[in-house]
Amino acid sequence: MKSRVNLFGPRWSALPPEPDVPGRSLASRLGLRSAPLLAAVLAGCSEEKHLQTYPQTIYAPRSEFADKLLDLQNLITYLGVAVGLLVFAIMAYIMVKFRYRPGMPEPEQIHGNTKLELAWTLIPALILAVIAVPTVRTIFETQQKAPDNAVVVDVIGWQWWWEFKYPVDGGRDTVITANEIHVPVGTPVHLRLTAGDVLHSFWVPQMGGKRDLINGKTNHIVFTPNEPGIYLGQCAEYCGDSHALMKMRLIAHDSAGYREWLRNEASPAPEPTDSSIALGKKLVTQGACAGCHIIQGVPTMVGRTGPNLTHFGRRRTLAAGIVENNAENLAAWLRNPPAMKPGAKMPNLNLKDEEIRYMVAYLQSLQ
Amino acid sequence: MASTATVATPHHVAAHKAPTGIWSWITTVDHKRIGILYGVTSFLFFLVGGLEAILVRIQLAVPNNDFISAELYNQLFTMHALTMIFLALMPLTAAFFNYLVPLQIGARDVAFPRLNALSYWIFLFGGIFFNIGFLLPLFGGESQAPNAGWFAYAPITTRTYTPGLNMDFYVLGLQIVGLSSIIASLNFIITIINLRAPGMRLMRMPIFTWMVLVTNVLIVTAMAVFTIAVTELMFDRMFGTNFFNPAKGGDPMMWQHLFWIFGHPEVYILILPIMGMVSEVLPTFSRKPLFGYNVMVFSGILIGWLGWGVWSHHMFATGMGPIADTFFALSTMLIAIPTGIKIFNWLGTMWGGAIRFTTAMNFSIAFIAMFTLGGISGVMHSVAPADLQQTDTYFVVAHLHYVFFGGTVLGLWSGMYYWYPKVFGRMLDERLGHVHFWLTLIGMNVTFFPMHFLGLFGMPRRIFTYADNLGFNEMNMLATVGSLMISLGTLVFAFNLFTAWKRGRVAGPNPWGASTLEWSIPSPPPEYNFRELPVVRSRMPLWEGDPTKEAAIPHGRHEEDTQTVSFAGKTAEMPFPDDESKMSAHDLGIHLPPPSYWPVVLAAGITLTFGGLIFRPLDGALHNLWYVSILGVVLTAVSIYSWAFEPGH
Amino acid sequence: MDHAHAAEAHAAHPGHLDTTTGLDSRKMAFWGFIGSECLLFGSLIATYMGYKGKSEFLGMGPYPHDGGWKNRAGEVMNHGILDIPLTTISTFILLMSSVAMVLALNYTQRGDRKNSVLWLLMTALGGSIFLGFQVYEFTHFYNEGLTLSSNLFGSTFFLLTGFHGAHVTVGVIYLITLAVMAQRGLIPPAKALNVEIAGLYWHFVDVIWIVIFPLVYLIK
Repeated sequence: MKSRVNLFGPRWSALPPEPDVPGRSLASRLGLRSAPLLAAVLAGCSEEKHLQTYPQTIYAPRSEFADKLLDLQNLITYLGVAVGLLVFAIMAYIMVKFRYRPGMPEPEQIHGNTKLELAWTLIPALILAVIAVPTVRTIFETQQKAPDNAVVVDVIGWQWWWEFKYPVDGGRDTVITANEIHVPVGTPVHLRLTAGDVLHSFWVPQMGGKRDLINGKTNHIVFTPNEPGIYLGQCAEYCGDSHALMKMRLIAHDSAGYREWLRNEASPAPEPTDSSIALGKKLVTQGACAGCHIIQGVPTMVGRTGPNLTHFGRRRTLAAGIVENNAENLAAWLRNPPAMKPGAKMPNLNLKDEEIRYMVAYLQSLQ
Repeated sequence: MASTATVATPHHVAAHKAPTGIWSWITTVDHKRIGILYGVTSFLFFLVGGLEAILVRIQLAVPNNDFISAELYNQLFTMHALTMIFLALMPLTAAFFNYLVPLQIGARDVAFPRLNALSYWIFLFGGIFFNIGFLLPLFGGESQAPNAGWFAYAPITTRTYTPGLNMDFYVLGLQIVGLSSIIASLNFIITIINLRAPGMRLMRMPIFTWMVLVTNVLIVTAMAVFTIAVTELMFDRMFGTNFFNPAKGGDPMMWQHLFWIFGHPEVYILILPIMGMVSEVLPTFSRKPLFGYNVMVFSGILIGWLGWGVWSHHMFATGMGPIADTFFALSTMLIAIPTGIKIFNWLGTMWGGAIRFTTAMNFSIAFIAMFTLGGISGVMHSVAPADLQQTDTYFVVAHLHYVFFGGTVLGLWSGMYYWYPKVFGRMLDERLGHVHFWLTLIGMNVTFFPMHFLGLFGMPRRIFTYADNLGFNEMNMLATVGSLMISLGTLVFAFNLFTAWKRGRVAGPNPWGASTLEWSIPSPPPEYNFRELPVVRSRMPLWEGDPTKEAAIPHGRHEEDTQTVSFAGKTAEMPFPDDESKMSAHDLGIHLPPPSYWPVVLAAGITLTFGGLIFRPLDGALHNLWYVSILGVVLTAVSIYSWAFEPGH
Repeated sequence: MDHAHAAEAHAAHPGHLDTTTGLDSRKMAFWGFIGSECLLFGSLIATYMGYKGKSEFLGMGPYPHDGGWKNRAGEVMNHGILDIPLTTISTFILLMSSVAMVLALNYTQRGDRKNSVLWLLMTALGGSIFLGFQVYEFTHFYNEGLTLSSNLFGSTFFLLTGFHGAHVTVGVIYLITLAVMAQRGLIPPAKALNVEIAGLYWHFVDVIWIVIFPLVYLIK
C-alpha cells in the first residue's frame, strides 16, 4: 500500500534518528501516513503537531506494526468516505429531483431491475475484495513468530497496574518493573501478555494495535519501534473501577540507552545516602508496605500483590501512569490511595504527614 | 375464518363494546392492546436509558470530572446498554410485531393470545427487577445495578471480582426478559406461517412481516445460547461452579464465544425489523412499490443466516490466531453485501417517485443515511488488523450508535409516526414531528460523529474520566451538547405521543394512502380487526388487484379516495368506521379469545422464582430469598395448570 | 358455534384445520420450541466439550474415565468415576420408554382409554426409573467428593446432565397429568394432539440423551 503525497508539503521530524538505527520510514516522517486524516481534518497541521495535540493518536505510527495498521486504516477510510459520499450524493439528488409537486403524474410503478441488482451486488463485492487482500496479508504478516533476536517482555495485567518482567541472562534471571516498559529502537520487541486477575488490554497506539490480556492464555505482540521517545498507553478492556486510570508509559531508547536502563534496573536498590532517606527506608521496608511490595535487595519486602518498587524513583509517573512522579503527588498517593484511584487495593494506611515525608524521600531515592 | 375463532363463553365481556378499565388491560389477550402495553412500557424504559446516557455524557463533558463516582459511572454505562437493548429497543420492535403482524396478514389475533400477554408481563416484571439495583439506596444501601458492561466479560463478573449484587441482577434479570423474548418469538413465527389470510402466499406478505419472521427465528435460537451463557455465570456466582473461574481452569474465552454467538445475531434482531418498517414507509411516501421485493426478502434471510457466522469479529483483539481472524474478517465483509444491496434497493424505491417529506418519511430517509455511515464503520471494523486500533475505543462506540441510534431508533421513530394514526386514530402533530426530527438528526451526528475521531485519537471506551492533556476535551464537550439536543428532541416527541392521542387530527383508515392490509380497516381497528377476513391476490392489496373480485379490501391509493370504501359490494362513506368499531365482536358473530389473568399471575410466579435467588448480603452472611423462590415455583406450577385447563381456550 | 359443535366438527373432519399450512399451530409451535431447545442443549454440550479434559480431577488425572483419582477417604482409585454399565442400563430404559410413548399415542388415537392410560404411565415409569439412576449417580459422585464446584468436569457434567434430568422430570409430570386426564375421559381421539405433543417432547428428551451419553460416557 503506497502512501499518498501530503498536499501540504514535506515536514521534518523533531528528533533525528540515531545513525545506526533504521529509524522511521521516510513516508512516516513526511507525515504521509497521517495525510488523509490531516488533510481532511487538521488542514495545514503536521504529524508532529497532531501528535502534540493528541498524544495517544494512532496517526503517528512509530513502529512497523503501527505503520502497517495505519496503511490499512487509510485504505478503508478512503474507500469508506468515497462510498459514503456516493450514497449521500445519490440521496441528495433523489430528494431534490423526485420530490412531490402538486399536479405531477403518478410515478411509474417499477418493481425492480435485475441488471441493477447484479451491479450493486458485484461492485461492492469487488470493493470488499480490494479490502480483503491486504487485510489477510497483514493479518499473517503481523502474527509471525517473533525473531530470535527479539527483546522479550512478559506483561501481566493486574487491577489496576502493569507488571513487566524481562528475562535476562539467558532466562536465568528476571528483571521486574511496573507501569513503565522500556524497549530498544530498531530491535524487535516481543510482548507475552497474560492476565493476573481479570481481563485487561495492552494498548500503546503509536506502537501498534492492542492485544487482550486473558487468564490462562498467553497473547503476543511483536513490533519494532523505529523512533526513540516516550509513548502513552492505556488499558483498553474494562477491568473494574479504575479501568480509566490504568495507564502506562512505553519508553523507546537507542540501543545504548536501553542497555544502560536494563543494567540499572537489574541492580539492587541503592542504599540510603542520608539520614532522612534511611528513616524513610525503615518506615517503608519494615512497615505495611513490606506485605505487598518488593524492593530488590531488601529481604523484608516480601509482598507480591503490588508493583515492584526497586527503581521506583526513576519512573516518570506513578499509580500506573496517571500523575507525574514527584514529591507532591507521591505524598498525596501515600496519604490516601483510594482517593486517587477508586477501588485501589492499596489501602489508606493513615500515615502521619511526617512519616510520609520520609517515605517520599526514600522512594524517590530509589533510582 | 382464522383458527383463533373460539367459543363465546360466560367469560366474555358483558357490554357490547370494547372493555375498558385497568382490569381489562391486565387480563387482555388482544394483540393490539398488548402492542400498546409493550409500546408505552418500552418507551418509558427508553427515557430511562436516555437519562442514564445523559448522566454519562455530563460526566464526560470535561476531563477529570467528579460529577459521578467511578462506581456509579460503571453502573450507568452498563445499564444504559442493557436498558436500551433489552428493555427499550427489543420491546419497541415487539410492540410493532404485536400490533401489526396480524393486521398485515389478515388475521384476528396471534396464534397464542395468552402466551402473547404472558411475554409482555414477564418483560414488565423483568424490566423492573433489572432496575431494582439502582433503587437500593432508598433502602439504605448502595446502588448495585449491573456494572461490568453489557457484555459482562468473565472473570470480572464472577463473585470473586464483583462480590456485590450487581451481576446477580444481571444474570437473573436477563433470564427473565430472555424468557419473554423466546415465548413471544415462537408466537410470531407460528402466526406468520399459519394464520395468513387466504391468498397471502409468503411472497405476497408485506416486507415488514417477512423481516419479523426472520427476526423471530433469530430470537428463538440466539436467545437459547444466551440463556446457557447466563445460566453458567449464574451458577458460578450462586452455586460455585467453575465455568469462568480461572483458578480452576475456567476460560474467559468460553464466555466470549457463547456471548457473541448470541450477541451478533442480537444486533440483527435489532435491525432487521426496522429494515422491514422502512421498506414499508418508503414506498408509501414515494408512491411506488418497494424496489426489488424478492431481493429484499432474500437479502434479509441471508443476513439472518450469515449473521451466525461472524461473531468473533468482536474478538479480534483476543488472540485467536491468524486463521480464525481471517475467517471472521472475510465472513463479516461478506455480510456487508446483502446489507449494501438493501441500501441500494431503498434508493431505487425513491428514485423516480413522488416523494412526500412527512416526518415518517424523513426518519426513514435519515435512517438510510445514518445506517450507511454505521455500515461503513462496520466494514472498517471487519479489517481485523485495523480493528486492533479501533476496538475497545470510542470508534466502536461511534459505530454502534450509528447503527443502533441512526439505524434502529430512527427507523422506530419512522414507524411510530407512520402507524400511530392506525393505532390511536389520531395523527401525530407534523410540526412537532419536524422539530423532533431535526433535533434528533443533528443531535445524533453532533454526539456520535466526533467519537470516530476520539477513538482513533486514542480514547478507550468505558472510562469514567479522561486526562486533560490528551486532546479529548473539545470533542467530548461537543458530544455532550449533542446528547442534550437528542434529549430535547425526544422530549418533544414524548409530548407529541402523549397528547396527540387525545388532541391530534382524526385519522381515517388510510391517511397515508398506503398499500397493505392494515390500512383497509378503521383507525383504531375494532377488536376483531377485520369484519370479514380478506382474500388476498396481490402484494399490495390496496394499490393493485381487482376491486370487484376482492371483497372487503378497499381499493384506492390517494388519501381522498380512501374515505370512500367498497365494502362487501356496498359503497359506504365516512363515518362508518366509527359506527362499525362500536359494534362488538359478539354482535357480529365473531369469536375472540376471552381475557385471562393467568398470564400476569404466571409472569409474577416466574419473576419471583428467579428473583428469590438473589443473594442478600446480611451482616456478612449470605442468604438468598429462598422463600420467595419457593412461592414463585408454587405460583408458576399453579398458573401453568390453571392456564392449561382454563375454560374457553 | 358452541363448544360441543366445534368439537364434533373437528372430530368429523380430523386434520382439516383452518390454518395456512393445514397443520395445527400448537404442534408447529412445539417444533419451534424444540428448535430453541436444540440450541440450548447444543450450547451446554459445546461447553462440556470445550472443557473436556481440561480439569484437575480430584487431585490426579484429567479424565473421568481414567483411574488415579482420590475419593473422599483419600484412597487412590484405579477406575474411572463414571459407572458405564449402570448408565447403559438406564439409557436403555429411557429408550424403551420412548417405545411406550409411541404405544400410548397409538392407543389414544384409537380411543382405547385403558391402554392409553397404561402406556402413558409406563412411559412415565421408564422416565422415573431413569431419573432414579441419575439421582443415584449424582449422590454417589457427591459422596466421592465430585460436586458442581470441584473442577470443570463437575461443573459441566452436572449442569448438562442436570438440565437434561430437569427436562425428564418435567416430562414425567406432564405424562402423569395426561394419564390422569385420560383416565377421566378427557382425551378422546379428537384430542390426541395433546398426547402427540407430549410424545414429541419425550422423544426429543430421549434424542438429547442419545447425544449426551456417547459424548460424556463413552468417548474418552
